[in-house]
Amino acid sequence: MDYELLRLVWWALLGVLLIGLAIFDGFDYGTAILLPFVGRNDIERRQVINSIGPVWEGNQVWLILGGGAIFAAFPPLYAAAFSGFYLAMFLVLASLILRPVGFKFRSKFVGSGFRTMWDYFLFIGGFVPALIFGVAFGNLFVGVPYGFDGDLRFHEEITLFSLLNPFAVLAGLVSVAMLTLHGATWIAYKVDGIAGARAKAVIPYAAVVFFVLFTVAGYWVLHLDGYRITSLIDTNGPSNPTIKTVARVTGGWWANYGAHPLFWLAPLIAYLGAFLAVVTRRWPLAAWVSSALVPLGVIATAGLSLFPFFLPSSSHPDQSLTLWDASSSKLTLGVMLGVTVIFLPIILAYTGWAYKIMAGKVTAAGIESDSHGNY
Amino acid sequence: MDIVDLSRLQFAVTALYHFLFVPLTLGLSILLGIMETVYVMTGKTIWRDLVKFWGTLFGINFAMGVATGITMEFQFGTNWAYYSHYVGDVFGAPLAIEGMMAFFLEATMVGLFFFGWNRMSKLSHLGVTWALAIATNLSALWILIANGWMQYPAGSYFNADTMRMEVSNFMEVLFNPVAQAKFVHTVSAGYVVGSIFVLSISALYLLRGRHKELAKRSMTVAAAFGLASALSVVVLGDESGYTAGLNQKMKIAAVEAMWDTEPAPASFTVFGIPDMKSHTTKLEVKVPYVLGLIATRSSDTEVPGINNLVNLAKIRIKNGIIAYDALAKIKKDRGNTALRQTLKAHVADLGYALLLKRFRSDVQNATPAEIDAAATSTIPNVPVLFWSFRFMVGLGFFFIGLFALAFYLSAKRRLDVSKVFLRVCLWSLPLPWIAAELGWIVAEYGRQPWIIEGVLPTALGVSGTVVGNVLFSLIGFAVFYSSLLVADIYLLTKYINLGPDEVLGHKTEDSIIAAE
Repeated sequence: MDYELLRLVWWALLGVLLIGLAIFDGFDYGTAILLPFVGRNDIERRQVINSIGPVWEGNQVWLILGGGAIFAAFPPLYAAAFSGFYLAMFLVLASLILRPVGFKFRSKFVGSGFRTMWDYFLFIGGFVPALIFGVAFGNLFVGVPYGFDGDLRFHEEITLFSLLNPFAVLAGLVSVAMLTLHGATWIAYKVDGIAGARAKAVIPYAAVVFFVLFTVAGYWVLHLDGYRITSLIDTNGPSNPTIKTVARVTGGWWANYGAHPLFWLAPLIAYLGAFLAVVTRRWPLAAWVSSALVPLGVIATAGLSLFPFFLPSSSHPDQSLTLWDASSSKLTLGVMLGVTVIFLPIILAYTGWAYKIMAGKVTAAGIESDSHGNY
Repeated sequence: MDIVDLSRLQFAVTALYHFLFVPLTLGLSILLGIMETVYVMTGKTIWRDLVKFWGTLFGINFAMGVATGITMEFQFGTNWAYYSHYVGDVFGAPLAIEGMMAFFLEATMVGLFFFGWNRMSKLSHLGVTWALAIATNLSALWILIANGWMQYPAGSYFNADTMRMEVSNFMEVLFNPVAQAKFVHTVSAGYVVGSIFVLSISALYLLRGRHKELAKRSMTVAAAFGLASALSVVVLGDESGYTAGLNQKMKIAAVEAMWDTEPAPASFTVFGIPDMKSHTTKLEVKVPYVLGLIATRSSDTEVPGINNLVNLAKIRIKNGIIAYDALAKIKKDRGNTALRQTLKAHVADLGYALLLKRFRSDVQNATPAEIDAAATSTIPNVPVLFWSFRFMVGLGFFFIGLFALAFYLSAKRRLDVSKVFLRVCLWSLPLPWIAAELGWIVAEYGRQPWIIEGVLPTALGVSGTVVGNVLFSLIGFAVFYSSLLVADIYLLTKYINLGPDEVLGHKTEDSIIAAE
């Protein structure tokens, strides 16, 4: 396999990992966002928490693996994005840290005050990552101010407030709406009784909000500056982001869609997923599968319009990180591909087995029968 | 404090916190596997109760390990961006493989371990528990392969076009001898932590006269497993010493506070007060030959002293300047093969030239005084290493003694006879954590000033972010982690005090036996 093809395969694999993250960790975020609202008393909330209790840890590994895969396959991107979005990353980490302790500790404390506090911590642990991951994606479209010196040392002038620009916040809200929808279908599928019914009622609202926000964002992108490589690029060349030229073109992020009409399938899948989730909400599993199409379509839409850019630089556009100049060496990409081809199917197999073992609704009686054992 | 100090402090704080939870997870997961195996083989429900009870405490600890672990992986990018760029091609791969091979399995199985008791056969659940234990240990393997490469950067080369280290031979990264030795040493240390944890809490129950049957059985398992592990820690700690001697000669010399090369085989200093300024160790008490034998596995190979290594560093810095100069010219004239030949001939010492970056950015024009200062900066903090190592080793031998005694008493069925013994067990609870943290300090603080030994100085590895950001996150993590630790200890104490009957929500066989 040549270097160019390996890079392309890894671009696709990165997409798969991000979609895996948004689908699997995503419904945990959505469930946590809905937790304080669909559960109105302790037992209802424990039902909601225990609907993801046995699986959220495995789901979170999509995030850890996503970070690890970016580190291994695209080290310059890992370095630039994580250090550039410093405070945003800190907020994500802080809110994610609330989750393991929230799940494990919440119901081990006696007293409703403590438990209500942990419920809102769990809400933060779902809402903040959902929002900030969306904001981060939004900033990929807007571009962030950074560059490299001669030693390829990364320097930036990014602040938390510059990251919270209007388009990025809109992207964050798209993410929150889509994951809330995905969480609602999950709760409706897994939770017995009134909390599950309340979640089911949320589905149409979340779907409509997503529909509107996603459409507005797509229209807005038409008026944003897109980026385009203007120099000849060696797709088999060394990973050095300082040896090309880049131009900005208004509406340029739509260019790939003009060139490849098949790409329109991506946003269509997102819309279709939201629509089907509403239509099939009487059959909860079908609704959950439908709402899983939404993150798939949304992430594919974003990736295909940015291609081959990862992180455009607004201050030094020529030094923007792209697929062709931000990857690992050919050897590392090859080894990591081999490892992925072997392990990803194994992971999916035992994850499927775990979901099968834990199949069935979470009932109030089930929680009470093993009060110390359940979350 | 500048960005380098703050970033290092944050890494140390978050890593040391994380490393409070990881060793216990490593050790307890295996102990749970052993106990559940006994349950499945004998069918006696008291063993299932043991697994569930210790499993509850395992779960509280595991949650903290996960919570503090997420930070560790993201922190390379947020705070060590140049490091991530410079070595990501090599260092990122084991981290990603850790995620695929270990974390997924571990995280999926931990859910089934807690929630799957009534949803699968005994044998399947046993399989889940062992898969959890194996995955936990596999994650230690991969992170130590990554860490081993930081100590001994095998299988890689510097690429002038991408300005970073790249993999030349993946097998050499994988089968790095330092990584192998560190893996066995670290997991064994984790098993000691798990064993002391079980031993000491069981001793508490025996002292209080509660849950005697559960406690005695737990102690028996912990004593046997702990004795084997404690022996393995010391024997394979010695192996770490040997492999470190191969390439981190400065670390060995600093740990021994050996300022000047001694005739082979060198002696081992049991006691002394190292002085960084005068390069001497006061009040030395030495045992002849021992160090030479440990570090070189021979009686006629010299162990070089600190002063000699500093002189060697000077030569390497001068060599490195030639490489740095060639590299600077290559950036302007990429096709020049003569320059690339020069770089290739001296690239092994390029990292030493980078030590000068602390003093000036145009490394080529360094003065002799700056070269001397850079060479002296290769000496790590000798007194801290000297004493950390000695306390760690002392504790290691104490654990062997304690487990041996516990093993003997359990064989004689006299575990609950001596209150003094039980109190020693109880008060030993914090000691394995202290030993483990000291081990981290010796390994990582002893690597300074390098983030990658001989390749990249720590000071260069940091991100280009502003001091305020790092200060904010450092305080944030410190406050956040400390409050979580308080909650963690509160819950552990609460559940230990509740005891198995309350935690499991039913009369354990233990209290039934006691009632008879």
